[in-house]
Amino acid sequence: MTGGFGEVARPVERETRPRPASQPPKGNAPLHRALALSDDEFARIVETLGREPNHAELAMFSAMWSEHCSYKSSRVHLKRLPTEGPQVLVGPGEDAGAVDLGEGVAVVFKIESHNHPSAVEPVQGAATGVGGIVRDVLSMGARPVAILDSLRFGPPDDARNRYLFGGVVAGIGQYGNSIGVPTVGGEVAFASGYGPNPLVNALCVGIVPSDRLLRARAEGAGNLLVLIGARTGRDGIGGVSVLASRTLEDADRRPSVQIGDPFAEKLLIEACLELTDAGLLVGLQDLGGAGLTCAVSESAARANAGAEVDLDAVPLREPGMEAFEILTSESQERMLAVVRPEDRGAVEGVCGRWGLASAVVGKVTTDGRVRVRMRGEVVAEVPARALTDEAPEYRRPMAPPAWLDALREDDPTFVEPPTDLGDAFLAVLGSPNVASKRWVFEQYDSLVQHNTVRGPGGDAAVIRLEERLKAFAVTTDGNGRLGYLDPYLGAAHAVAEAARNLACVGARPLAVTNCLNFGNPERPEVMWQFAEAVKGMGDACRALGTPVTGGNVSFYNEAGDSAVYPTAIVGALGVLDDYRLAVPSGFPGPGLTLYLLGETFPELGGSEYAEAVLGTVSGRPPDLDLDRARHLVSLLVDAARQDVVASAHDCAEGGLAVCLAEAAVAGETGFAVSLDSALPPHVALFSESASRAVVAVDPARAEGLESLARFHQIPFARIGETGGPRLVFGDAFEVTLAEARAVWEGAIARQLESRAATA
Amino acid sequence: MTRRPRVAVITFPGSNDDRDAARAIRLLGGEAVPVWHGEADLGGADAVILPGGFSHGDYLRTGAIARFAPALGAVREHAATGRPVLGICNGFQILCEAGLLPGALIRNRSLSFICRVVHVRVETRRTPFTAQLSEGEVLDIPIKHGEGQFVATPGELARIEGEGLAVFRYCTPDGEVSEEANPNGAMDGIAGVRDERGNVVGLMPHPEHAVDPDIGPTGGQPLFESLFAELLATLS
Repeated sequence: MTGGFGEVARPVERETRPRPASQPPKGNAPLHRALALSDDEFARIVETLGREPNHAELAMFSAMWSEHCSYKSSRVHLKRLPTEGPQVLVGPGEDAGAVDLGEGVAVVFKIESHNHPSAVEPVQGAATGVGGIVRDVLSMGARPVAILDSLRFGPPDDARNRYLFGGVVAGIGQYGNSIGVPTVGGEVAFASGYGPNPLVNALCVGIVPSDRLLRARAEGAGNLLVLIGARTGRDGIGGVSVLASRTLEDADRRPSVQIGDPFAEKLLIEACLELTDAGLLVGLQDLGGAGLTCAVSESAARANAGAEVDLDAVPLREPGMEAFEILTSESQERMLAVVRPEDRGAVEGVCGRWGLASAVVGKVTTDGRVRVRMRGEVVAEVPARALTDEAPEYRRPMAPPAWLDALREDDPTFVEPPTDLGDAFLAVLGSPNVASKRWVFEQYDSLVQHNTVRGPGGDAAVIRLEERLKAFAVTTDGNGRLGYLDPYLGAAHAVAEAARNLACVGARPLAVTNCLNFGNPERPEVMWQFAEAVKGMGDACRALGTPVTGGNVSFYNEAGDSAVYPTAIVGALGVLDDYRLAVPSGFPGPGLTLYLLGETFPELGGSEYAEAVLGTVSGRPPDLDLDRARHLVSLLVDAARQDVVASAHDCAEGGLAVCLAEAAVAGETGFAVSLDSALPPHVALFSESASRAVVAVDPARAEGLESLARFHQIPFARIGETGGPRLVFGDAFEVTLAEARAVWEGAIARQLESRAATA
Repeated sequence: MTRRPRVAVITFPGSNDDRDAARAIRLLGGEAVPVWHGEADLGGADAVILPGGFSHGDYLRTGAIARFAPALGAVREHAATGRPVLGICNGFQILCEAGLLPGALIRNRSLSFICRVVHVRVETRRTPFTAQLSEGEVLDIPIKHGEGQFVATPGELARIEGEGLAVFRYCTPDGEVSEEANPNGAMDGIAGVRDERGNVVGLMPHPEHAVDPDIGPTGGQPLFESLFAELLATLS
């Protein structure tokens, strides 16, 4: 990325010169402002082109220079993330990152937000979010094999929040289930700031032989640009610029939301994989945000090429569409393939067999320009790089929020705890953030493709490779509360927790993808939060050896006085050499020795206990020692590989108490533990100190675990054993397994059903 | 025995579990024969499976478009000769739409898609898929569907129950058929039915997803083993 003012375009030759702006601005506001371009940006376009852009060109710039497509506010910060490592096959900048899993297999993965569309229309917004990320993976030539969704909503005691929650889950299910890709994990959390701005971050993983990885590049002059899939309609115009790159308060943006057709996507997946298998594609790119404009200009710019596009050849859903509409339509389920002329017939044959339209809409050129024709006339001509690499880049002002210091000083760790810790435990266990998400994940097909070794509900999903012992593990993590109190630590904790979750199932962390959900970047405190989060994420990724292979930034997640917590979501990928050694999170049976790995400190700032019991989101988040985090990961991975642990579960939201309870419910086995007498009981139970996990060990292997822990310099404590129908927390309290299960498993469904009944 | 049993698996546009069905067949010793929905020939297969998924996107009505596929003509002929036909989930819906099985499948009582392991009780041995099982045997098999509520007209239901056409019912782990054990509101807890002759069977649970202990329960395995044993008896 060059930044700054790029090359000034060469003068356009007379006979191909586009018509001047055909549509004068309506009303008093100039057209570029209605298209969300600033006056400065407009001036820069005029300078680049050497003339005023016409409407179609302006629409192309509006889409490509939108925050969503250009990362204009975030790029200067994102450059600080680590992106390289021997395991990285493809880093940021392509449709999705790719990581070497060994044995000639590449794993492609990426996470992306669909927050604004889901706020406007939850079912379609979430569905098309899934569709988009699946196509990103597909465009690398990979078969999509797993979907995860990281979701945030306002509290479910509000009717609109329940509507958005239910709609998003239904949308993900309708789409993901129909296309035959299992939805194997994710997370859901609730906080009031997410009310008007739910977060819908969808992650997709794909598998492809490393030597067949495709790139979204328009290589080879004379090669054909073939548009495959759905017809182009008027839906989603302005999706990236008007919808995703502004705050939500004004106007009905429903027309900017795309409509998904999962059946078309399923056909697209099968057809594109058949084309890839047959070696018929030079390059492949999906049409997502900014539609055809983005696909053509990005693939041309990446290959230092140009492109000719004939809009008359684009199959349309309705007559009378204007050039700017065809160029920026975000109609779903479309892919742009780069095809050698001699393969045209074979490509059309495969598409036809799958009932898909395919049309040659242009060709690759050498002059670096995107030239668009309609009815014989040139209707737009723009240097490809002016739309992509030469988009503006801003260093927006930053300042820590004025309220932050006072909020951090108000530390809940030192607030008098309630007298009945048993009640406090049930309140934490039944809080919507902690409670089982069964109501959500049972609406998703997690089994299709028949490789789901560990599905939703555990620390991380484990998916085996077909006909092999090798497997990958994948998880999403992020804690908005911690980000709110300390954006640096919030993002760093997200990376550390994701790595720990992978290690708990026995997987060695390889790489991460990120989705950074923030408010309006034009506000200095939001920009500061963002910069801090990127710094924290970068430091944690470097320490844990997990480079960032791609991701997505979503700004403007605010409406009126309400802004989301600065929420850095991490999708992390790890590898297991033998899926049969994957470690469960639940206690597999009685008579196992329980160990707490790591150390507990008085750290209740930003904890679930503080919110659910004390009603406060304040204090300092737990400290994070990145060396300790790395050592714990190594310990857990080694313990799994040597088959030393019978179960492992990460200590996170809700602390040790919730960690133990979840493992008990999952394994249908109670336990008795004694609490660390050096700490007040509520701290021992609910502190969310980092880098901890609970493992259950066969007594015969206890010495093995202890020597491994010593080797990896991880403090450990033998805290009790599994067995019995009760959860016994030392002298503090005990509950029956049945009661804990009822509270934890039933909390979300009860909340939704009782509200629905009284509504 | 001269060869392995050959089982055709039809792929409709929108089929999702076709590859999984083929894998289950291979895993348990059969040969899977992929058949495209546009073909009117089952490639000489001994049995045929219509797999799960969302044929034609479930648009119009589940199975309503797929029943017009040329392959369905071949399935009819295959069924008419008394050879085994199994419809799983969407395949069950297609067989009902095609009139090869009684009843229909509508949206789950909860109106939500449900993916979970359920228990089903074997109700009859008079199908090739259950011939080697015991009546009353309980199998653990996952369901994953949004439209799996089995319904029939009162007359049809009386005939199903009168002639013993119900093959599987949702039940508790102990084999008790109850409302609590019924995930989708199916009439009489019916999870699967057969035709009069018994060679055509449809069920909502996914036996092809219950054949590998590394992945989940194995309640689907006996269905394939029963089918193969029956086929081998006639092949040899």
